[in-house]
Amino acid sequence: MATQEGPATGAPPPALTHVPVPPAGISVDGVSLTFRGARTTHVLDGIDLAIRPREVVALIGPNGCGKSTLLRVLGGLIPADEGAVTIDGEPVTGPDPRVGLVFQEPRLLAWRSAEDNVCFPLELAGWSKTRQAARAEDLLGLVGLREFAGARPTTLSGGTRQRVSIARALALEPSLLLLDEPFSALDALTRERFNVELLRLWDRTGTTIVLVTHSIPEAVFLADRVVVLSPRPGRVVADIPVELPRPRRVADLDSAFVSHVAAEVRTHLVDTTDDSIAMEEARLAGEAGTALAARTRHAETAPGTPAWFDPFRPEDEV
Amino acid sequence: MKRGAGIVMPVVASLVVFVLGWQLVVVVTGYPPFILPGPYTVLERFATAWADGTMWPHTQTTLVEVLLGFAIGATIGLVTGIGLARSHLAERLLSPYLVAAQATPVLVLAPLIVLWFGSGLASKLVICTLIVFFPVAVATMVGIRSVDPRLLEMASSFRATNWQTITRVEVPAALPAILGGLRVGITLAVIGAIVGEWAGGESGLGVLINIARGSLFDIPLMFAALLTLALVGVALYLVMVLVERRLVGER
Repeated sequence: MATQEGPATGAPPPALTHVPVPPAGISVDGVSLTFRGARTTHVLDGIDLAIRPREVVALIGPNGCGKSTLLRVLGGLIPADEGAVTIDGEPVTGPDPRVGLVFQEPRLLAWRSAEDNVCFPLELAGWSKTRQAARAEDLLGLVGLREFAGARPTTLSGGTRQRVSIARALALEPSLLLLDEPFSALDALTRERFNVELLRLWDRTGTTIVLVTHSIPEAVFLADRVVVLSPRPGRVVADIPVELPRPRRVADLDSAFVSHVAAEVRTHLVDTTDDSIAMEEARLAGEAGTALAARTRHAETAPGTPAWFDPFRPEDEV
Repeated sequence: MKRGAGIVMPVVASLVVFVLGWQLVVVVTGYPPFILPGPYTVLERFATAWADGTMWPHTQTTLVEVLLGFAIGATIGLVTGIGLARSHLAERLLSPYLVAAQATPVLVLAPLIVLWFGSGLASKLVICTLIVFFPVAVATMVGIRSVDPRLLEMASSFRATNWQTITRVEVPAALPAILGGLRVGITLAVIGAIVGEWAGGESGLGVLINIARGSLFDIPLMFAALLTLALVGVALYLVMVLVERRLVGER
């Protein structure tokens, strides 16, 4: 088995609060993707997007329209069949160090403390213990969790865990932060608070942000642009700028301007959420989304149901 | 310490009941000590066998066989389990042999193994390894197969290498399952060592039991060796439980 650890002494990026990271301009050119398995699913169809440095872009669309998949293509977790994603002119060819990913669930390692979870990407990149500790302290401070450094994930609330996972995504100072419905598991009030906090983090770290959301108000509140995707295969249906001044406040959510933009987003979404389409998409939604490698490895073995030495098991279909 | 007493009391009580029941059977049936010695006779023989140095060399031999055999078998089982979990090809190629090896009673293999590897330590290690290997490999494979694929995606998003994914995500996540396999393995290792000694050996608790029953016809000594063996097995099992509690108790 391959035993190459990351380079032990790679040139470290400078501490993020002092030197601003050069922001990323992202371009998505004609990205198409089809999952071929037992059933062929055309997920993305000719997606074109240009994202300016430091821009916040919200992806919104009906269930299963491929928003999460598009996010994974941006992060290099799933290769596109056609088209390319480039960050600052450099193409994304695999999981990319310039990208930090926050998933819908915190996905923390249960056997590690909050601090050690934040250190996980640093450890993989081969940072020394002392540098890891210093960096973790900065990051936990950034998300306001310094006093929870030693806490196990199971003792933390859902929102706090998600903050740890955001700190982890920021660990290697990505110039692009991708968030996949990051606050969908939180209650409405906590969610508002987290949105404000996310904007504060964005302000302090200077990353470009692309987030997937199901909530129109959330999209409008956070983003400079709301990109509406069609049902599968996902295409860009509308690209709506949100010219709301920053810094934004929770009270802005009640302004006439926000409702106006939200209404516009909704008109584009209405075309796409025909009931029958929505049901079909919900049925397919389970198939997409996870990384291909993980999908094939676990295709025939659902968690907890070992397929052990079973000669009668049907052959792999993939 | 209230909780400690709550755990210890039932254990002591059941032990007392067991010993009293044993004594009762001896008294009621009137069996002579060379068929069923009473608890006091056995305890007395146990004490003298330890005092005059009869017991220790045999116990030591068996302990070495068990611990080394367990270590080798568990290591090979762990590595194989990881390989089986990650590669369906490996599973398909190896599984017939693994199942066949497990389905063949080690009791009938033991004489062959002693014939090939001699009556010393080597044959015992081979038998222990064979018998410990299977539960550990299966537990590891099942544990790693059931690791949440979302964690693996997370790790790959941070560019974890294969080795990093195994050591930092898969094995720690599967640790409860793996330790369950090790717990079964350690008791099987004791069985493996004794089976090996019976098939041919110069020293060990299994050998002592044979000698006590056969040439010496010292049945109390046989029971004393049995008692030692039981204590060794229980002690090893408890150590495993403690290790398990230390490693995964906090989850």
